[in-house]
Amino acid sequence: MGITIQQLSVFLENREGRLDEVLSVLAGNEINIVALSLADTSDYGMLRMIVSDPNKGKAVLRDNGITAMLTDVVALRVPHETGSLSKAMHQIVEGEVNIEYMYAFANGADASAVLKTDDPARVVDILRGSGFDVWEASEAYVSNIRE
Amino acid sequence: MAAVSLENWKERIRDPKIECMSSDEMAHLQSERLVDVVNRAYHNVEFYHKKMKEQGVEPGDIKGIEDIHKLPFTTKEDLRDNYPFGLLAIPTKDVARVQGTSGTTGKLTIAPYSKKDVEVWGECVARCLTMAGLTSEDIIHVCYGYGLFTGGMGLDYGAQALGAVAIPMSAGNTKRQMMCMEDLGATAFACTPSYALHLAESMQEAGVVDRLKIKAGIHGAEPWTVEMRKKIESILHINCFDIYGLCEISGPGVAQDCIHHEGLHVHADYFYPEVLNPSTHEACGDGETGELVFTTLAKEAMPLIRYRTKDLTSMNRSKCKCGRTLPRISKFTGRTDDMKVIRGVNVFPTQVETALLSMGGAIAPHYMMIVDREDNMDVLTVMVEVDESMFSDEIRKLDALRDKIGAVLKQALGVSARVKLVEPKTIQRSEGKAVRVIDNRNL
Repeated sequence: MGITIQQLSVFLENREGRLDEVLSVLAGNEINIVALSLADTSDYGMLRMIVSDPNKGKAVLRDNGITAMLTDVVALRVPHETGSLSKAMHQIVEGEVNIEYMYAFANGADASAVLKTDDPARVVDILRGSGFDVWEASEAYVSNIRE
Repeated sequence: MAAVSLENWKERIRDPKIECMSSDEMAHLQSERLVDVVNRAYHNVEFYHKKMKEQGVEPGDIKGIEDIHKLPFTTKEDLRDNYPFGLLAIPTKDVARVQGTSGTTGKLTIAPYSKKDVEVWGECVARCLTMAGLTSEDIIHVCYGYGLFTGGMGLDYGAQALGAVAIPMSAGNTKRQMMCMEDLGATAFACTPSYALHLAESMQEAGVVDRLKIKAGIHGAEPWTVEMRKKIESILHINCFDIYGLCEISGPGVAQDCIHHEGLHVHADYFYPEVLNPSTHEACGDGETGELVFTTLAKEAMPLIRYRTKDLTSMNRSKCKCGRTLPRISKFTGRTDDMKVIRGVNVFPTQVETALLSMGGAIAPHYMMIVDREDNMDVLTVMVEVDESMFSDEIRKLDALRDKIGAVLKQALGVSARVKLVEPKTIQRSEGKAVRVIDNRNL
């Protein structure tokens, strides 16, 4: 059984100040954002985040009338070596798992990549089986928080 | 409580003499009452006196119901122009109560009643409650608003006439509603369909459905779909009924459907219905859609002659399986003032709602239609709120959802629509009737 972490995904209308409102709600409830990706279309935006407490994050957003959901993703640890991400990707392709989207963040000595796939548990197995490691929830949610 | 299936349903009719009357007898009764109401309006209401003179028609020209087409129409604007008591046909001291409704422009529409008008109102609602299988043994939880709005008082008067218990809850405070419904052992409840669904879902979530004694729901005051009725029925295991009315005419109880749900029975001994082509004003044949027009045959305080409701429906004069001969009007397809002609095609908000519901959701998401004109072309945009059940973190899936909604709408409306997904609760909610269309074309 692999280890997946929970991503907080938020539907954002393309409207002035909306991103600010979402971030304020999270900040006001002491939720730290570890990693973030913002995708935009002509009509709306999609905010995807790894946060310190995904369940609480969803709850406080919901209380403020913001549509949010939790998604299982994998946080891959990518060593700072040329070609390491390519190698990991190659393994995933070999394992016939589709990657829906991906974004990267820094975490201590390593870089990290958040992967949304159609089979998160299997991706973890593939990566671990080929010498890569993934962040467990307990590590991912607290990373980069200043002591 | 379990819903009663059609095979086990015991039809109750409060006033079989009237409700199952032959068409000849009914026409005779209507004729007598029409002659009387026209006389009262002509002699006691300046507005009708003037209007009939202008049209060259005198009370003597109206000998029976077949002469009704000679009479002038009354519109909502006429009511506004004569606000508040310009159309009163009795002395102010004989007015027993006043109800009203907030118009879309913000000005009130006032409906005064004599003591007898209130009795007739209660009687009509009692007929509806009986149609829903209720008797003097029942406890009716009324969560329509009490106040100027006719919903609360109307159901209250109906319960009184029936000899049943009315619990005057008024609207709001769902938790308290659930508690009282359970504790006081209500056997029926009455409110708008959207609130009924909200209550039903809340009771399901709270796990109290099995402890309720509710067997019937009486819902009206806003348009709702068959799918919505079935949803409420299946959650609460009850039978729901569609009650219709408008405060200008009387309030709820002007018409209601029976267990067969094949149209709403109009209490045509009190409210004479006509369905007319909105542009030619000629009578539509049975089954043909047109504007519903009412003449109040017995109203004392504010009799209305040929009042144009702007509601679109069709008539069915055949005898119903329930035994009633009262004419039936079909579930409303829309209102003449909601209808938009987009690229030559008539489009109603209810069509959008039905299309969205057909996509499998329990209840149609909130939506808003916006009509613009770009380069001399009509453009319809439908904004749809993305709730949690529709949301995905994948743009590909959201785009597919948007395209699917677009395809379903095109199929249902006959014109293509741009679909814009928006955040929940961003489409404006209105206090009264929902605003579903914004027309920016300045036609």
